[in-house]
Amino acid sequence: MRFFFTSYATAIYAFVYLPVTVLVLFSFQGTLFPIPPFNGPSLRWYDAVLSDGRLTSGLGHSILVALMSSLAATLLGFLGAWGFARFTLPASGLLRGLITLPLTVSYLIIGMGLLVVFTWAGLPKSLLAAGIGHVVINMPLCFAICYSQMGDNQANIEKAARDLGAGELQVLGLVTAPMLWPALFASFFLSMTFSWDEFVIAFLLTRFETTLPVEIWNLLRAGLNPKTNAVGSLVFGISILFAIVFELVTFRKRAP
Amino acid sequence: MSRPSQSRVGWFAVSPALIFTVLFFVVPFVGMAIMSLVSKQTGQWELTNYTQFFTNPSYWRAMTNSLEVTSIVTFISVALAYPFAWILAFVVPGRWQRLALMLAVLPFWTSYVVRSYSWLLVLAEKGLINTTLVDFGLLSQPLQLANTRTATIIGFVHFFVMLLTLTIFANLKQLSPNYRKAAADLGASPLQSFIHVILPLTLPGIMVGAFLTFVLAIGDYITPQILGGNNELLMPQLIMMQIGRRGDFGSASALSIILMAVVTLAYFACARWLKIERT
Amino acid sequence: MTALVSVQSITHNFASVRVLENVSLEISHGSYTVLLGPSGSGKTTLLSILGGFLPPDSGRIIIEGVDCTNLAPAKRPTATVFQDYALFPHMTIGDNVGFGLRMKGEGKAERNDKALNMLRVVGLETSFNKKPHQLSGGQRQRVALARALVVEPAVLLLDEPLGALDLKLRRQMQDELKAIQQRVGTAFVHVTHDQEEAMALADHVVVMNQGRIEDEGAPERVYARPATRFSATFMGESTIIDADVLANGQVKSMFGIHDVVARQQTGHVRLAIRPEHVGLGGTIPATVRDVVYQGSFKRIVAIANALPGFEILCRVPSETVIAKGDVIGLHLAPDKLVILKD
Repeated sequence: MRFFFTSYATAIYAFVYLPVTVLVLFSFQGTLFPIPPFNGPSLRWYDAVLSDGRLTSGLGHSILVALMSSLAATLLGFLGAWGFARFTLPASGLLRGLITLPLTVSYLIIGMGLLVVFTWAGLPKSLLAAGIGHVVINMPLCFAICYSQMGDNQANIEKAARDLGAGELQVLGLVTAPMLWPALFASFFLSMTFSWDEFVIAFLLTRFETTLPVEIWNLLRAGLNPKTNAVGSLVFGISILFAIVFELVTFRKRAP
Repeated sequence: MSRPSQSRVGWFAVSPALIFTVLFFVVPFVGMAIMSLVSKQTGQWELTNYTQFFTNPSYWRAMTNSLEVTSIVTFISVALAYPFAWILAFVVPGRWQRLALMLAVLPFWTSYVVRSYSWLLVLAEKGLINTTLVDFGLLSQPLQLANTRTATIIGFVHFFVMLLTLTIFANLKQLSPNYRKAAADLGASPLQSFIHVILPLTLPGIMVGAFLTFVLAIGDYITPQILGGNNELLMPQLIMMQIGRRGDFGSASALSIILMAVVTLAYFACARWLKIERT
Repeated sequence: MTALVSVQSITHNFASVRVLENVSLEISHGSYTVLLGPSGSGKTTLLSILGGFLPPDSGRIIIEGVDCTNLAPAKRPTATVFQDYALFPHMTIGDNVGFGLRMKGEGKAERNDKALNMLRVVGLETSFNKKPHQLSGGQRQRVALARALVVEPAVLLLDEPLGALDLKLRRQMQDELKAIQQRVGTAFVHVTHDQEEAMALADHVVVMNQGRIEDEGAPERVYARPATRFSATFMGESTIIDADVLANGQVKSMFGIHDVVARQQTGHVRLAIRPEHVGLGGTIPATVRDVVYQGSFKRIVAIANALPGFEILCRVPSETVIAKGDVIGLHLAPDKLVILKD
């Protein structure tokens, strides 16, 4: 039985890591094609990536869009969750459902809808447009995460604060937000992750200035190219760093 | 529970989110719906964008392709992920579980585009598999692995096995350990305990994961475009084609709405398992 | 007659913490044994070891003459009622109760029959087709009991079964548990931290503390003549008095000579006396510090004049007129003073 478990787990791990290993390995390829045989290691492709203006600007744009859209998504989601959780508002269930609805719609469709409307309104394709699209996809998530954490014990603590004389804004800023900090952090972090990596909406809604995934997509037109391997491995590395930071922050919170 | 004046604060708090949702989600949706009813050729109000879906065989085929591929992907991904999640949750010793889980989903963190591309490296004509097999003399001709439905399925399964491992793992962990203990105490073998107790109790969680997989896969443009190529089109590719090549927003909108209808049907099929609750 | 269950020198550690230290115990057929102790005493660990969920680091468990130390729960003649009941939420009550029988391979008609009968014993035969979420906490507890009893174990293990119930329900369930045990005749081993529960249910109480057995025996004996200081103060309350055994065999404390027989020659001993055996109208001067009305009596905490800060617990009838600050004379019932082992 033990043997079955180990071999099955190993097989799945191998399957999961196969493409990534090939990606990273051949990013250090010395010759022109990211396929066997491996001639290296060489940093020439990382060089090529870092000196590629489009890629580096794409990276900058990705970070900008991710940061701004995540801030907006987290703020709107948190406020919305607080409003619905603490106050009895009419048609609450329906409205909450509306806010979380975008979660079930394909990014392609959301992007397209925005493209249609922006074209009608004469708004140009831009990073801002893509950013708005990212808020649309991420705000429901932030809302859901924050809402699920606003249970009764948090409500009681807020009541205590009000009882001691705090006004609404003070309660929100000094009590609720700090208490809900794990939910806020998770919302922001997840939004960053989804925005940073998002392709379809960025593809549809940007033109000249665009995000990294779109620039990578453009690279793909050149076929199999170690440069793509290099930028992919870089993105992977940065993402893992994010993940480690997330782990450390939440893990340290949990340990006594 | 709240005084009337209090509600005003509540409204202030929720209106940004609501207004945003209406402006940038509802309005575009309505816009799309309107566009879908206008034919590109004639500029008139017509249902041609919808009827063409039933009359044009390649359009219809795109939908059946999507449904087939997505169903296969969902089924395989759940089947592969469940035992894996089980092993991580119950066989791996407690203190290694977090690490094992993190390692299992680490490749999740490659960019989605890059991740699909990396399967191309493996499956292409001159990719890893073919060059290895040819070099070892096991093949005389490279196999056509990329630009096939199989490649798309592999690419999807790779992603969703990781996603489902996460969700099923969480599901298994939150079961009270006393269920398994009670089953064992009453004479159940590990297999009986699984079939009669654990599986039924985790079924709702699996359905949620399967639904998520279905929705994400059926709406994905990237994986089929990179790995499946243009030989066999799936719905997202068809929709993109309408926008890109033909600039036909009406047609694209109609196809999108049809796709959303299919997803909604799937939702109602699984509705009783999908409920978001507040702690 | 040999014991039903023989616990032999069980020692167990969790990481570097010793949770059970050389624990030995015997459980007789048809008895109601209660493992009583605070959290961390090891009582739940011992129960897990008895149930087969935890192999002990050393020692043996013999059940019905068979060494069960390393046997899986399914293979040993025990059944456990868990603290959260662990009823399978997706099955009906009838299927829950019949689960163990189904695992044994019994047919549907036979299982349902037996399940229904056992539900009758616990008073829930009308719930056969309901689901666990439709029942109250107390009802679920009885179903868990039925499910464990229907497989006819030699020993039934209960892990703080009444912890989740409110006081009134708990008292009611205590009566029912005792009645069911006597009707069915199975030996029960029941873990709790509630000493009133222990006294109400047990015919054999085992007082545990920090991985050791401090005291065991019939509740009446353990209460009246506790063996150790822990036992005297955990099970009920006691006032502990330091004393010395004199050369002539008498026992002398700050309150004078006491009419108790000392087992040892000379040296320091500790005496314990229950509050209900400390009364007014005596010769020990003390000042009342607290009076707490408890309905059927008043609980008095008095400070002995002989030693400032030394608290004496006593009980007086509820109609007694007494207030904080009163100076009283206390009387210790002589035959109720107990010499402790430690």
